[in-house]
Amino acid sequence: MKKETLAALLAARNAGRPIVRATDLETGEDRLIDPATDRSELGLAAAQAARSDRSAPVEIGGHTWFLAVFNPPLDLAIVGAVHIAQPLSQMAALGGYRVRIIDPRAAFATAERFPGVSLSHDWPDQALAKAPLGPRSALVALTHDPKIDDPALTSALRSPCFYIGALGSKKTHANRLARLRRHGFSDEDLLRLHGPVGLAIGARSPAEIAISILAQMTQVLRTDGGREQTAARATD
Amino acid sequence: MSPAEQDVLQAAADWSSGGHKVAVATVVRTWGSAPRPAGSQLAVRDDGAFVGSVSGGCVEGAVIEEAQNAMHDGKTRRLEFGVSDEQAWSVGLACGGHIEIFVEPLV
Repeated sequence: MKKETLAALLAARNAGRPIVRATDLETGEDRLIDPATDRSELGLAAAQAARSDRSAPVEIGGHTWFLAVFNPPLDLAIVGAVHIAQPLSQMAALGGYRVRIIDPRAAFATAERFPGVSLSHDWPDQALAKAPLGPRSALVALTHDPKIDDPALTSALRSPCFYIGALGSKKTHANRLARLRRHGFSDEDLLRLHGPVGLAIGARSPAEIAISILAQMTQVLRTDGGREQTAARATD
Repeated sequence: MSPAEQDVLQAAADWSSGGHKVAVATVVRTWGSAPRPAGSQLAVRDDGAFVGSVSGGCVEGAVIEEAQNAMHDGKTRRLEFGVSDEQAWSVGLACGGHIEIFVEPLV
């Protein structure tokens, strides 16, 4: 690897841009690929590798290229600096997420309660306009308060984020879906919204609920299972 | 790829700008129950210091040696470790995994 290539790779990563390095395993020749724009055969293979977040060799034009994926970190926006947010933020950080907490109620989102976590006291729609959700983002709304949760969910549903979850009982969730339909979201749009949030593992304590939420986020990120199950539930 | 794995490349860059020779080893293919997925990396410095991992075990010893050879002759290498269950235990691959590793000097 050339020193200049390494420097360019690190610069892309520090800027939060996904990048793929393709290396010819016979010759050692390499190139850096922007998976969003490169439409060559190698570029399309790189885009596929970046989407699945999986480094792998590919055969193209009689050459074996190793595609090394360098994706920016996963991003978790937690709306509501409530009790569950404490274990959820810690566990998500262990899982490789860059965590941010959004709560306009300054008494909730304090550095004492969330040491080392990025805190925003903006309203969720403003916070998410400043730092938008991307394809590697997840949003979990925990406040139970439609004034705070709804603007967050509306922003998330209009973003390419991979996971959206909202805490609340089935009844709360049904009311939430009705409100979001009035905002113009279709039933298909709302299939992206997981509620009641988390996998059904009988979670009771805040830490257990955090585990069930992270398990569901992982399922949606790594498999199609999350989507299939959501679709099955919607037709129950 | 996790931030911890990416720090391997930061270490390689830092060592290089500090005047050291450096080589990077990357897992490019795995078969069976290999302990580390493709893309896992190990950076090696000319004095034998290293960060990262390609197997989580003592395949690292052989990889570091080849990495030092690569620094000196400037050539890339492809290494394969295919091990039976019995051998796997002794070289630190947990259960018969088979891995291919690409070693390249930083030039």
